[in-house]
Amino acid sequence: MKRIRNTSKRIGSIQFAYMSPEEKRDLSATKIITPDTYDDDGFPVEMGLMDTHLGVIEPGLRCKACGGRVDECSGHFGHIELAMPVIHIGYVKEIKKLLRSTCSECGRLLLEEEQIKEYLERMSEMRRMGAGPIDIRYFAKDISKEARKNERCPHCRSEQRKIVLDKPSTFREEKTKLTPKEVRARLERIPDDDLWALGINPEVTRPEYMVLKVLLVPPVTVRPSITLESGDRSEDDLTHKLVDILRINQRLRENRDVGSPQLIVEDLWDLLQYHVTTYFDNQTSGIPPARHRSGRTLKTLIQRLKGKEGRFRQNLSGKRVNFSSRTVISPDPWLSINEVGVPIKAARELTVPLKVTPANIERSKELVENGPSPTKDGKYMAGATYMIRPDGRRIKVTETNSETVAEKIEPGFTIERGLQNGDIVLFNRQPSLHRMSMMAHEVKIVPGKTFRLNLAVCPPYNADFDGDEMNLHVLQSEEARAEAKVLMIVQEHILSPRFGGPIIGAIQDHISGLFFLTYNNPSFTRKEVVSIFSNLKTGRFPQAVEEDGERIWRGKDVFSYFLPEGFNIEFRASICEKCDECEKKGCEHDAYVVIEDGKLLAGTIDENAVSAFSGEIVDKIARDYGTDEARRFIDQVTKIALGVITLRGFTTTIEDEEIPEKAAEQIESVLRKAEKKVGHLVEAYKRGELEELPGRGQRETLEVKVMKELGKARDHAGQIASRHLGMSNNAVVMAKTGARASMLNLTQMAGAVGQQAIRGERPSRGYEERTLSHFKRKELGAKSKGFVRSSYKEGLDPLEYFFHSMGGREGLVDTAVRTSRSGYMQRRLINALEDLMVSNDGTVRNTADTIIQFMYGEDGIDPMRSKRGDALDMDDLIRDFKKRGDE
Amino acid sequence: MAKDKELNILKHGLVPEHRLLPTEEEKEVLDGLGVDRENLPKILISDPAIQQLVKVHGDINVGRIVEIKRKSRTAGVAKAYRLVVKRE
Repeated sequence: MKRIRNTSKRIGSIQFAYMSPEEKRDLSATKIITPDTYDDDGFPVEMGLMDTHLGVIEPGLRCKACGGRVDECSGHFGHIELAMPVIHIGYVKEIKKLLRSTCSECGRLLLEEEQIKEYLERMSEMRRMGAGPIDIRYFAKDISKEARKNERCPHCRSEQRKIVLDKPSTFREEKTKLTPKEVRARLERIPDDDLWALGINPEVTRPEYMVLKVLLVPPVTVRPSITLESGDRSEDDLTHKLVDILRINQRLRENRDVGSPQLIVEDLWDLLQYHVTTYFDNQTSGIPPARHRSGRTLKTLIQRLKGKEGRFRQNLSGKRVNFSSRTVISPDPWLSINEVGVPIKAARELTVPLKVTPANIERSKELVENGPSPTKDGKYMAGATYMIRPDGRRIKVTETNSETVAEKIEPGFTIERGLQNGDIVLFNRQPSLHRMSMMAHEVKIVPGKTFRLNLAVCPPYNADFDGDEMNLHVLQSEEARAEAKVLMIVQEHILSPRFGGPIIGAIQDHISGLFFLTYNNPSFTRKEVVSIFSNLKTGRFPQAVEEDGERIWRGKDVFSYFLPEGFNIEFRASICEKCDECEKKGCEHDAYVVIEDGKLLAGTIDENAVSAFSGEIVDKIARDYGTDEARRFIDQVTKIALGVITLRGFTTTIEDEEIPEKAAEQIESVLRKAEKKVGHLVEAYKRGELEELPGRGQRETLEVKVMKELGKARDHAGQIASRHLGMSNNAVVMAKTGARASMLNLTQMAGAVGQQAIRGERPSRGYEERTLSHFKRKELGAKSKGFVRSSYKEGLDPLEYFFHSMGGREGLVDTAVRTSRSGYMQRRLINALEDLMVSNDGTVRNTADTIIQFMYGEDGIDPMRSKRGDALDMDDLIRDFKKRGDE
Repeated sequence: MAKDKELNILKHGLVPEHRLLPTEEEKEVLDGLGVDRENLPKILISDPAIQQLVKVHGDINVGRIVEIKRKSRTAGVAKAYRLVVKRE
């Protein structure tokens, strides 16, 4: 059978129906009777489960039904005649509904004649008004619910007994079991006219088909057997299950025909029901799942389709793709944020189709001539792997045939060439939680075996280099490349639609480096500046100043060199001490940044200036000067930062948390005082003299007050510690500039770790009325409830260590639970929102053009172009107007 | 609290302002949005807010439009429209 190609038609409607035994027999290519699959010679047994009428899976054989070979015949169904009918597990609910709403004697719907008539009229009225099948089904459900209420048949006056479903598939009528045969007989009695009211179209199907007399056997192509290396055959799970069904079916037939005792026949019948049930769904509740000999549960029909690993989500909604590659990532500060380093191995394997035209025929010939893996002076050079003629024939280019193939090239041919610098590819890191998880990069061929990326793009991908892997996809069409280059290239994603600020920017050492470049405006010698600027491809130098007859460079001037012309901004740096009265430009901590006309006049460049999440300068450049300028700024500034930090050197040690003995004593006394205070609080509580906080009882008040007291003590300890840790301390520099860690982390290392909390409260459970057996019952002091007065540097005592572990474990569990739960929530949200879009008038609509929101976000603002959610950056506007007024 | 005094939920601080759109204004609103009546979001006639409006305006027919003014974090006040429907 040749399938017709290239005809596309629109599906008008689909109708689903239960299949009748006759239809199944008609569809079937052969009847299956023996449970054997292959004979001793390895040939399929006639009328067995691998009968060649069902299609072929081995090359060379021909299908007996259609004569097709492996790729030509997609297979044919067979059928099994069941000795006794069994219930289809997928339809038990429907069967229950029908049995309950129809008469057990005459089969009529349990409603008065007029009522049925009325319902039918209403149903056809609904159809006329355009009701869909789902609406009809709901209506039919209501009708059957109504019918169920009648305890006596309005037609034959016979009394109706209650029918219960004994899960999974046994029906009982007041204790007496209904065999599938009886169930089928009852369904057969329902007259066609009543079926309409039950939501079944009798012109198409009948309810008794829900009880199976004939079982369809899927083609062998659906359940191919695998030949192992040892030569043994391994059958598919479905085949195993069908073998079980056939065996029991045969035994049941024999026993029934010789007139075995009713008990034996019934047992076999039940067994057949079990096998047919598990054949459809091996996770039916109430019955043990069928297992493979090895103990593995069998994957039957439902299991093939359902869930994450099922056909729909695994193979239909998402597929494996060609022209992609995956490897470990590593950092490369020399690349632009727009680039990605692709190792030679991957670049040779991944190809781009190149249509040969008169304009590029010379280049095409050259590529093919070069063969599949050319090198130039030992370096990578793009080569061609295939040539495709207009008739679709593919010719592989090899070292030996490259020259002869190259001669044949004509316009209209296509060649597949390896990657070369400048190609546009998509780069992705899972989990792809937002659109910045997949961005377009320009290829740069690099040695080694890892993908390389600029450090500034780590935040959008949420990537680090502890073994992370990323995927790369090569775009195959000109349109795709153009679109990716315009919409997906990294620089277009510097501003995040998530919070209306930059998500690409300086991180960690970049921030520390810029701090050292600008804090208190240090001087650099010519040698140093040359060293710093050697990272950059520029011949020009920033402005120097004359001092003591020597040319020196001031750090702020060096930074200003990278600011665009006419750039103005003012903001507080991350190192801001939040004084009561802000001195602005005259800040003694050099923490108020003032940039006028592209000159850094005051302040220190740190997290708030250039970082990936809060960089004001990056933000404003991207907004006012465009993405090209923003990319340039990030590329250059990060390189300079690394130059500065390389020049200076940067490290941190445990000694960075060293504090003088006097300070340690102070901390000790603060903690002692706090513990004493807690003791007083506990005593006040015991006397019942605690002044209750609004909405809290004595006990709760105590907890709150104790927590507050101990928290205060830790903060105080931290303050004492940080008084002795200044900006000459690298750990403090990192914390204050926002490069890494926080003052709290330092406090915990130098001062005291502080109170451990379980579910936001002090640990309380463990032993009877106490946390550990080391304490007295009902003890409420600091130590017994998880206050860690040691610092990480001193080390924790065993009890503290235990409480700390409790808190730490809670953190781990929380993250594990949070990720899985939020992942599922996000999946549901995406499925619900995926086809909504903002239309030109600002309304949000779905595909049916129904309005979902009258104005996108109620204000119609694109969050990516907003300033942290606001449509306008008011401070900036006012500054701008003021400046113009002054001029 | 007096028992005979009925609760007007529309006066509750957390319930946004509901206004039955006069039929004359309907065309203007629909044209402004460029939609058919059917493409508006729906509100059930049994919705407590609509039932409260019934007390003021008398019976409200299915197919009328209600204007809802909400406080919005982003836009100050956001207007929304709902088509009154009956449960199927």
